[in-house]
Amino acid sequence: MVEAYLRQSPLAHLGLDGRAEASRGAAGVTLAERPHRGMVNLRLDPSDETAMNAFAEAFGFTLPTQPNTTAGNGEASALWLGPDEWWIVSPSPGPGAGPDLADKLRAALADRFAAVTEIGEGRTCIRIAGPKARALLQKGCPLDFHPRAFGAGQCAQTLLAKATVAIHLSADESAAEGPVFEVYVLRSFAEYLWLWLEDAGREYEVTVIA
Amino acid sequence: MLLIPCPYCGPRSEEEFSYGNEAHVPRPKEPEKLNDAEWAEFVFIRSNVKGVFLERWVHSHGCRRWFNVARDTVSYEILAVYETGAKPPKLEMRRAV
Repeated sequence: MVEAYLRQSPLAHLGLDGRAEASRGAAGVTLAERPHRGMVNLRLDPSDETAMNAFAEAFGFTLPTQPNTTAGNGEASALWLGPDEWWIVSPSPGPGAGPDLADKLRAALADRFAAVTEIGEGRTCIRIAGPKARALLQKGCPLDFHPRAFGAGQCAQTLLAKATVAIHLSADESAAEGPVFEVYVLRSFAEYLWLWLEDAGREYEVTVIA
Repeated sequence: MLLIPCPYCGPRSEEEFSYGNEAHVPRPKEPEKLNDAEWAEFVFIRSNVKGVFLERWVHSHGCRRWFNVARDTVSYEILAVYETGAKPPKLEMRRAV
């Protein structure tokens, strides 16, 4: 565990705070980093009802078993990764994130056959929003991002500009700023992916927001 | 580019997958009794089928699960996808080429 005061986001050296615009303006796409999220990898047999119920009791929502879907509330969300694998993500850093999230899971699943692994320090989250967000992702990813094929609450692990990522559509066109994608990427790929996104988004007047 | 129906994630582009060659190659029951030629046969020698080939794929940039695919090596058509450990699909699914 990195001491909180020593922590640096993998994009810290890009000075994104200084470039951040107050509003979207005419931009088709906005980019922002959402660093230091609590992320825990959870392996669990979904046929183990006791464990599934223990999770639901501790977190207030049920682990999604439908492929490529998510579930969650304001405190945490769960991304389906495979038939017995999820990421549990806390939307903001601070209390309840990282180690707290892992401890809460370990306590809830103490006597069950499950694996809880904290992975948040190795990744960061890039938020891609706006009416052209789908078009931007489509440039570097073979998945179909049409609203009919990729709706709100869906997630997928895939390649974006050759970088391994997990993509979560947290809000669709009904949101005021257009669809909001959250892209989780390994920190060693973060700078590359950010620069790729800025380059690919130039025709949509990509804007950095806070 | 193939569109491979991952049994867990649904249809995905070939670039998300890695190839694992021939499926159902039996592991030697008594490996300590094998000579070098027999080991080489097990480790390196694979069939080179024209027609339906049973092969392994892993969804390496997706769910990271291994599974089996029955693919026509002439047309590249994917005829069936089934889980690791499952029996291959019935013979009528296979087509002569």
